Amino acid sequence: MPDATGLELLAQELGDAAIETVYFRERATVVIDPAHIREVLGKLRAKGFSFLASVHGVDYYPEEPRLGVHYELLDMSRVDRLTVKLRVPLEEPEVDSVTAEWPTADHQEREVYDMFGVVFRGHPDLRRILMPEDYEGHPQRRDFPVGGEPVLFTRDEGQWLESRE
Amino acid sequence: MSPPETTELSDYRRREQSITLSQLETPGQGEGDRTQELLTLNFGPHHPATHGVLRLLVTLQGEIVRDLKPIIGYVHTGIEKTAEEKAYWKVIPVVERMDYLSYYFNAMAYIGAVEALVEVEVPRRAQYLRVIHLELNRIASHLIWLGTGALDLGAVSIFLYCLREREKVLDLFEMSSGARMHTRYFQVGGVIEDIPTGFAAKLREFLKIMPERADEYGAILNSNEIVLQRLRGTGVVPVETLLGLGVTGPLLRAAGNPWDLRKAAPYSSYEDFDFKIPIGEVGDNYDRFACRLAEIYESVKILEQALDGLPEGPHMTGDRKIALPPRHELATSMEALIHHFKLVTEGFRVPPGEVYNPIESPRGELACFVRSDGSSKPARVHMRDPSFVNLQALAPMAKGSYIADMIAATAMLDPILGGIDR
Amino acid sequence: MKREPLGTAVDPKGLRVRSLNAEQMLRGAELEGANRPAHLEGTELEAYVAERVLTTTLDSAVAWARSNSFFPLAFGLACCAMEQFQTAGPRMDIARFGFEAFRASPRQADLIILAGRVSIKMAPVIRRLYDQMLEPKWAISMGACCSSMGVFNNYALVPADKFMPIDVHVPGCPPRPEALMHGILKLRDLVQNDPEAGWRERYEAVGTEERP
Repeated sequence: MPDATGLELLAQELGDAAIETVYFRERATVVIDPAHIREVLGKLRAKGFSFLASVHGVDYYPEEPRLGVHYELLDMSRVDRLTVKLRVPLEEPEVDSVTAEWPTADHQEREVYDMFGVVFRGHPDLRRILMPEDYEGHPQRRDFPVGGEPVLFTRDEGQWLESRE
Repeated sequence: MSPPETTELSDYRRREQSITLSQLETPGQGEGDRTQELLTLNFGPHHPATHGVLRLLVTLQGEIVRDLKPIIGYVHTGIEKTAEEKAYWKVIPVVERMDYLSYYFNAMAYIGAVEALVEVEVPRRAQYLRVIHLELNRIASHLIWLGTGALDLGAVSIFLYCLREREKVLDLFEMSSGARMHTRYFQVGGVIEDIPTGFAAKLREFLKIMPERADEYGAILNSNEIVLQRLRGTGVVPVETLLGLGVTGPLLRAAGNPWDLRKAAPYSSYEDFDFKIPIGEVGDNYDRFACRLAEIYESVKILEQALDGLPEGPHMTGDRKIALPPRHELATSMEALIHHFKLVTEGFRVPPGEVYNPIESPRGELACFVRSDGSSKPARVHMRDPSFVNLQALAPMAKGSYIADMIAATAMLDPILGGIDR
Repeated sequence: MKREPLGTAVDPKGLRVRSLNAEQMLRGAELEGANRPAHLEGTELEAYVAERVLTTTLDSAVAWARSNSFFPLAFGLACCAMEQFQTAGPRMDIARFGFEAFRASPRQADLIILAGRVSIKMAPVIRRLYDQMLEPKWAISMGACCSSMGVFNNYALVPADKFMPIDVHVPGCPPRPEALMHGILKLRDLVQNDPEAGWRERYEAVGTEERP
């Protein structure tokens, strides 16, 4: 990971796009403005972070803006990792897709769309990937109910049999 | 059962109900040229040649694959959502069931992330025990890969041989933790129990015969003309494409890039061990096969070194706020009783923060992202599964080659649908 | 080169070829002397026949044949599939019972072992597979995830009982090969019309929570 000073220098180079930097447990993070994601990733690629390891989403409920997307970058030659985070509000959950420059983001952005509802503009094929395509709702949001079946105990067996008839 | 009126069903449902998927558009169909007609075929989700419930929509021109679209989600279990409802300790068995062949690795990735958040130190003996179990699990995973991969290619007897070896590994797991699969052996701060007497002896026996058995399997498959013809020269993808697709693990190493997190960013005392990383030259299916087979020998070497150098000491951290106190203390110490009570009912609290912890699983970079908000339950657990990202490499591997090569490519890709779908 | 005979030579004329006459056999014609029963009638004849001839109903014979030759469908979903492989493996050998012919096509299989968690996307597919199997067919739900919801009680899973009839549920996560074998053998007893009674019948017992 770039150390704390390296992280600050990096953030300065990114200019207006970088909102905040976090250096936590020796891991470096840059929080950026969602409108500049492609440009930021392009600049970081030029600095050596050429491998996008993961694109995943987080729901920051109840803090606003609620939906976050994290991009994990890796520099293989220097074994450096950097996380790029952005946050979008629920009313306007749109982010530019980075699939054109980083093909690995294809399935991963579809998963973020499926689970959180973040719409990636410019994605070649934005459909649900894990849930059935006509499923309604975005399961991994914090206010989506977990669901499941009630657990049957033998003491309730009589009631359950009655309710089935 | 007569289907309901078509106006009520979405396009997706209507397509899924039809027996032939002839309503799907076939890209690139020649204008009126019947000799260039493309056929869209549906493989799976139930098909003997797929590993788990993977569905492939394959567009064929004769026997040549022109386009390939994987459709996943048939074992989606909502593991990440379930993990948000449980205390940190109780998430371990839930997360273990994700990539169901490398259960110790799933646990290790998650536990590493939580340990980074809590800033607890893991004792050396626990780290070595973790390495022992991780490498045993790597061998077991590669054995199943070899068995099912060879089964797909038609070599049926290798399947039974590999299962025989895997029984020995599962016996070792049962000795140390009581269960064969999904053992919950790794805990935050160490391992749940020290290894029993007899484990070391049994492990040494296993380490003596495993290289001989691996030699046998190599000898059988390497002199089999059919296997060689199906694997050599098929499924070649250039390294830049693989890096762009985010592929890691033996797939990337077979193409020549020596990226292995055990060497590049060692965790859990991997820096103490001397082992090599097998890499391939051409990047075809044969190289992937050879890489994984060679990794079994390297894992045996690591296991020998770990067993020889196993340090004495505690197997779990002494921090009572994280780890359960030993049971004999509960009778005498009031604090131990209180700690035990708090840990079992509520669980330990983790300071707020977000951590991404990557490790090297048999399929590539397996990482766990944990976000904690200060309570005793995680706010988000995401597993970056290697098979999910590696699956995107199936299309370049299979395009332009025959169906049989596509099957060989799927076998050498080693996808585990539990990890892909989570 | 003269070939040496193996073993003692047999004199072909010494072999006595007996003609088997069913009526003579039944009437005791082959016995000599005092053992030879006189013309048997009624219950004595029945007892004599019962000692020598096995009779059964066609149903039982067919049930016996069916139960000893299940063709399982090669169907594995998740972790339980790994233990299903081990059941077919060398140690817990499913072939010694005759069930090693895992068919790939549901048309040729008569036993579906649901090994693993059933998600909502997969449930219609499994139902279609089950419908494609020909009668008589049986289903075993292997593991906790398809029998109940198992470890994951959430939006994504469906317990198998909701969409198809299951004959035997095998608990475990994943069940050991011995446990799966126990479940399959229980199914075999069921099909042989000799089902093992559950614990309530066997011990005439009542659950702890049900006791007044």
